[in-house]
Amino acid sequence: MKHTLIRYLPLLILAASWELVARLELVSSTALPPLSDVIAAWVDMIKDGELVTNGASSLYRAGVGLALAVIVGALLGIGMAWWKAVNVLVAPLVEIFYPLPKSALIPVTVIWLGFGDGSKILLIFLGCMLPVTLGAFNGARSSEQVLVWSARSMGASRLRMLWDVVLPSAMPELLNGIRTALALAFILLVSSELIVAQKGFGYLIGFLGANGTYDAMYAVVFTVAFLGFAADRIYQMFVHRMLLWRQ
Amino acid sequence: MAAIDQTPMIPPALRVLRSTLWAGARIVSIVALLATWELVARSGIVTPFQLPALSNVLARIWSDAYSGDLAINTAVTLYRAMAGFFIAAVGGIVLGMAMSRSHVARWFFDPIISVGFPMPKIAFLPVVILWLGVFDISKITMIVFDAIFPVVAATVIAIQGVERELIWSARNMGARERDLLWQIILPAALPTIMTGLQVALPLSLIVAVVTEMLMGGYGLGGAMMTASRFANSTGVFAGIVEIAVVGYALVKAMALIRRRLLSWHQEAEADSYRHV
Repeated sequence: MKHTLIRYLPLLILAASWELVARLELVSSTALPPLSDVIAAWVDMIKDGELVTNGASSLYRAGVGLALAVIVGALLGIGMAWWKAVNVLVAPLVEIFYPLPKSALIPVTVIWLGFGDGSKILLIFLGCMLPVTLGAFNGARSSEQVLVWSARSMGASRLRMLWDVVLPSAMPELLNGIRTALALAFILLVSSELIVAQKGFGYLIGFLGANGTYDAMYAVVFTVAFLGFAADRIYQMFVHRMLLWRQ
Repeated sequence: MAAIDQTPMIPPALRVLRSTLWAGARIVSIVALLATWELVARSGIVTPFQLPALSNVLARIWSDAYSGDLAINTAVTLYRAMAGFFIAAVGGIVLGMAMSRSHVARWFFDPIISVGFPMPKIAFLPVVILWLGVFDISKITMIVFDAIFPVVAATVIAIQGVERELIWSARNMGARERDLLWQIILPAALPTIMTGLQVALPLSLIVAVVTEMLMGGYGLGGAMMTASRFANSTGVFAGIVEIAVVGYALVKAMALIRRRLLSWHQEAEADSYRHV
């Protein structure tokens, strides 16, 4: 307990100096509303449900897009490692699309699917798929030859080997790719909602900012930032569990 | 690769033919993709608004290039991305070194970095706009804010990973602290630091494009958003192609620099094996 306190003390110092700077009006209170006001605004928005409903629709978009990206991306990556023909056909496309800043696709997904959930889900799916694909590919490619050989000599079918040997050894890199995708999902979600949306965190931030209710805007910004952080931490705990067998 | 390589059984001439065929096959999917794009757009299954023909998009890029807009927008976007990237690179390496060498710096910045790294920093954009306006300075600030985290994290990990024996033997041979830093620690840490920079560079471009899309003005992202507002989907697709080309060139350039800088390192050798 004491150890954790000392570790996170710098964050408390930052929070305290924020409150102090704002209360002493060293900067204008529109630019930096006091932390206590921001917390009060957050409680209000939780109470009237505004934050909860918008948050739910944001998390729904991110969740569906990310789930699709993980399923399709993992299949594609393992397919690339397992069948040379798939690799030859897909690898050049991956190489071209990987460096593309995925946020550039925001207007296109809007052209295709409009302003609602569909365009955000498509964007998150497209943006998050490639890191998963690359993780699965690199992991599956590096599965130990000796394991593959011994599985084969013991008469395992190709499908059995894929399931029992290649997939487990691809796991660490695959899970790492999914972690990148998780972070990307939040980035793409917020940027697409900031640009064009009728609900969601990004919409709420833009709406409150335009209204000049900056304490509420700060509250939403920090909520999103915290959710991104918490998702990463929870995911890492999950990964640690998943990979216990390796130690 | 899981499949066993059986090439040694085949005569050399056939092997050459085979590898050329595989290399040729690599272009097939790209050509197929472009051809499908053109055909689907021309077939009338989709409206030109949903998918403008590739030829029209190329014509639009050509006219952008001819009028000079393309050069200006690319230059502006690259300027912002590179300015942000360099500030993040220098600042990140310095901060990472400070955290490795001073306990106080480590104690103060470690929780900030580990909490800040996984946060979607783009959510802070409206706050940065509120403070700094919508011009270059706030765009570059956003880029630095996003790109500095991978650099700091990589630098700290890199310096931790430098072999103790290297440092001990350098000390033994009478190296001063300054020489130790410049001649032993930094070179030994360089591969991992470069990996951090290779994450930060595409990130810089992503953030440059997003901030331009959100704040408007010149730049590839801004031009694309303007086209989108006027429902000019040819302009939108042209923007994607232009941004894709810039992104591809940046990533390739970074990989090239890495190979140059690390040609003395064993990883360069391993790398050349992988690309055979």
